Amino acid sequence: MIIIGKLGQKYEDGVNIFKQQEMGDCMYIVQKGIVDVFWEGSQGDILLSSLGPGEVFGEMALFTRQPRSATVRARGKTRVLTIDKRGFLKRVHEDPSLAFRILKQMSERILKLDQEMARLKAEQTA
Amino acid sequence: MELKDGSRVGIVGGGPAGSLTAYFIRQIADRIGTKVDVDIYEPTDFNRSGPPGCNMCGGVVSEALVQMLAVEGINLPSSIVQMGIDSYVLHTAADQVSIRTPLEEMRIAAMFRGGGPRGCDPGENGSFDGYLLGLATELGARHIPSRVRRVVWENELPVIYTNDGPGRSYDLVVAAVGVNAQGVKLFKDLGIIHKNPRTTRTAMMELRLGREKVKRLMGNSMHVFLLDIPRFEFAAMIPKGDYVTVCVLGRDVDSELMDKFMSSAEVRQCLQGEFDPGTQVCRCKPAINLGGTRDLFADRMVLVGDFGVTRLYKDGIGAAYRSAKACAVTVLVHGVSRKDFAKYYWSTPRRIEIDNMLGKLLFGCAVFFRNFTFLRRAMLRLVRREQAVPGRPLLMSMGLWNMFTGSIPYTRIVRGFMRPDFLALFLWACLREIFPGKQSPGSDGPARGK
Repeated sequence: MIIIGKLGQKYEDGVNIFKQQEMGDCMYIVQKGIVDVFWEGSQGDILLSSLGPGEVFGEMALFTRQPRSATVRARGKTRVLTIDKRGFLKRVHEDPSLAFRILKQMSERILKLDQEMARLKAEQTA
Repeated sequence: MELKDGSRVGIVGGGPAGSLTAYFIRQIADRIGTKVDVDIYEPTDFNRSGPPGCNMCGGVVSEALVQMLAVEGINLPSSIVQMGIDSYVLHTAADQVSIRTPLEEMRIAAMFRGGGPRGCDPGENGSFDGYLLGLATELGARHIPSRVRRVVWENELPVIYTNDGPGRSYDLVVAAVGVNAQGVKLFKDLGIIHKNPRTTRTAMMELRLGREKVKRLMGNSMHVFLLDIPRFEFAAMIPKGDYVTVCVLGRDVDSELMDKFMSSAEVRQCLQGEFDPGTQVCRCKPAINLGGTRDLFADRMVLVGDFGVTRLYKDGIGAAYRSAKACAVTVLVHGVSRKDFAKYYWSTPRRIEIDNMLGKLLFGCAVFFRNFTFLRRAMLRLVRREQAVPGRPLLMSMGLWNMFTGSIPYTRIVRGFMRPDFLALFLWACLREIFPGKQSPGSDGPARGK
């Protein structure tokens, strides 16, 4: 099917973009729609967050060489652009400021995690 | 000599190089906590259709640039991208072959620099240049829609004069001018630019075929032609919604060469019939830069954009992005003196220039191949072999893809073509063409791993 004026790969509702524990050599940027991030545990999938247009995911695999830490799944029809590891990391070495936005997003996620951890600890203490 | 709180930057030219320089200066200044005012002087209304809004370019954003812009937070909207390209079809006198990328993802953007070809309705097509200018103004840059009449030195600062009002002095002036722009003269008069770069003419035309026909004939593919026509180097047809952009490169490109190309058997086959001149709505012959100029900077003045240096034949917008980013980092982190530009900025255009030397060698080889049937056939044989079985290394396919899309530096493409396994395969393909012999079923290449 021809898609006019759209970039990236199209995913239908419920399709996994990648699975937890898979090895990854690229990261992704949402172009259209929403993707859900799940942690797959023995008691089922736990929704960690949802990401919209412009947001980056899968970047940890580029920096840590570890398997994917979560599963990312399309919610509704989505469009996602793949960023190649090799090309991206080469450019980051030429121009480190390219990683600024990703650092900012990772910092925001750490902040959220800190808040979540503080809330859980407060609940436990109570 | 450095930019401080309250410093002012004037940018002459609001094409991709000018707008991206403004965008990155504002963005980096904000990150490091420096308040810098940026003015962009651009008289063109990019939303106008036809020549008044056009910047005369094939209008392709390469795979690598689409990715880098997305990482920078610039995700090209659907209104700007006329078509996502996921493959290309190489047409030669010997045959044609379709090449798809391993991910089969639309990562090349075909777009219009202005408001589209002559005769478009206002707002029918989003303008790429207009979009980038809008991004810069969203970050706080000021767009001054006036033509710059003079740039002069007053009290050791550059001053920009337009037809309206008094001149404005700046701590830095960025000349974001292209080889086809009138703005070059301003900097020649000032003694900054001494010599024009070496240029050649290309020919471009826009065909209005209608969306359905474009879909049917072109798909989501860019069509590249490597034909045996005197003075012809190569041509590309790029689908864009209702339109197809045709770009022809060669020596002394003129109407005769353009007509010969459009009436060739390969174009007739691609368009499934004779070319109908009535579908042609726009035609131009812009100059392109073949060799950079050495005059790229002075104290408080720097040149970005394709007058200075650009990538050979391909990815001019990618070169504008790299120059703009390097310029913004230099002026905010290091300074605005000639010494700062020589130390921190010059390496970026220099790298592009060195890479272009290998680009010339590559395109020279492509023209050489075009003249020998067995080489052309060997090339296509290898591509078909690679595309037939998923998982096979795409050595020839990706080499050609990167060469015609401008996705990676020419240096890396040459390195790929120098691999011993590629050379062995290519030699085998050449021998098969010279000595066809008897082909046994399933024999599709030299034995491997035995």
